[in-house]
Amino acid sequence: MKDISSKVLQGDPRAIARLITLAEDNDPIANNAMKKLHPHTGKAHVIGITGVMGSGKSTLISELTRIFRNQGKTVGILAIDPTSPFSGGALLGDRIRMMELAMDEGVFIRSLGTRGMLGGLASAVYDVVEIFDASGKDIIFVETVGVGQAEVDVIKIADTTLVIIVPGLGDSIQTLKAGIMEIADIYVVNKADREGVDQTVAEVQSLVDITCSDKERKTPILQTVAKEKKGVVELVDEINKHKNLIELTNELKDQRHKRYEAELIEIIRKRLMNFIFDESTFKEKVEPLINQISNKKIDPYSAAEEILSKIIK
Amino acid sequence: MAHKIRVLIAKPGLDGHDRGAKVVARALRDAGMEVIYTGLHQTADMIIEAAIQEDVDVIGLSLLSGAHMTLFVDVSDLLKKKGIDDVILVCGGIIPEEDVPKLKKEGITGVFGPGTPCETIVDFIKKNVKR
Repeated sequence: MKDISSKVLQGDPRAIARLITLAEDNDPIANNAMKKLHPHTGKAHVIGITGVMGSGKSTLISELTRIFRNQGKTVGILAIDPTSPFSGGALLGDRIRMMELAMDEGVFIRSLGTRGMLGGLASAVYDVVEIFDASGKDIIFVETVGVGQAEVDVIKIADTTLVIIVPGLGDSIQTLKAGIMEIADIYVVNKADREGVDQTVAEVQSLVDITCSDKERKTPILQTVAKEKKGVVELVDEINKHKNLIELTNELKDQRHKRYEAELIEIIRKRLMNFIFDESTFKEKVEPLINQISNKKIDPYSAAEEILSKIIK
Repeated sequence: MAHKIRVLIAKPGLDGHDRGAKVVARALRDAGMEVIYTGLHQTADMIIEAAIQEDVDVIGLSLLSGAHMTLFVDVSDLLKKKGIDDVILVCGGIIPEEDVPKLKKEGITGVFGPGTPCETIVDFIKKNVKR
């Protein structure tokens, strides 16, 4: 396992897969390997795909990947599904919609559970993006869990963020305005063969008119029917256009700065959490305090201070 | 943090009945495992490729069509051919009693027929995973 990072750099699928597992499990081997990979990253174009459940994110990624492959680009896909807060288990089903890509050596698909992370991503997402990047993938898709309003963390990691909407959500599009409707670089109205598509596009358009009134670039709105391969070529063009634009305007540099900030915070958060909530000792340390809170012997704030005082001196 | 058990559930060959596979997938999820469900009509190559990319500890195959001696053994052979020795192979479906020892001989460690309680499968996996 010593040379796992050099195998990843050579693009070895089994090394890539194993390193992702180690990163997810917070294994120290992964930490060391990640240190070696960082100098080899930064080349891949990271595309975030977010939207409500059932909007067609996985199918769309499958189609976009097909086109990027025709353009000679290699692709890494990171598909995130929710981890059960009760059992800690997860059912990861995004692969089903990507079976067409199953035997393509230029495509690597990995499913992740959120493992307690909110915000629509998984905790190891930064590591996986770096691993894919270092292994030489040109394009990296990050597919969030099916989101509601506030799961907007994908913008921290993606160079280009696509928000997928479907017709027929009616008034719910209004409620989306405050959350995920603020983060798109490109809007995609998928399932555009459905009734109500004109109204949906008009609603998004009116939103763009307001939010982009003082901007040079008006966020484009594209219509697709991913299942029938309609509109996807145009979408790839728009994605490539956005990439060229952010490279030209230095926006990409700012975006990467934000990503590394988020990654740094996540690493520190993870380390601290592991330290404080170390499973083997957490219960015996904390259980008595919770009992005291229940019995009104202590208040939650004082209890928290007591725990933290042992760490922060 | 402890390693979370990851399981690939796949339906090889021409068999459209995946209720059993889904029930088992759910039970494994409820036991705290991460279950990757790949859907129907998988070839051995597709199953192994997915198992590699997803870095699973277990491959679970389900088949009700009667072609298990061919299709399950294909997966087992390919696993060996690729030199993957830290993944266990389990299966379920309509499998005649006399085929069970044959499948086990071919490297399929767990064979679970109709009526097997889900806990039996969960326990078997927890006991037998290699890492």
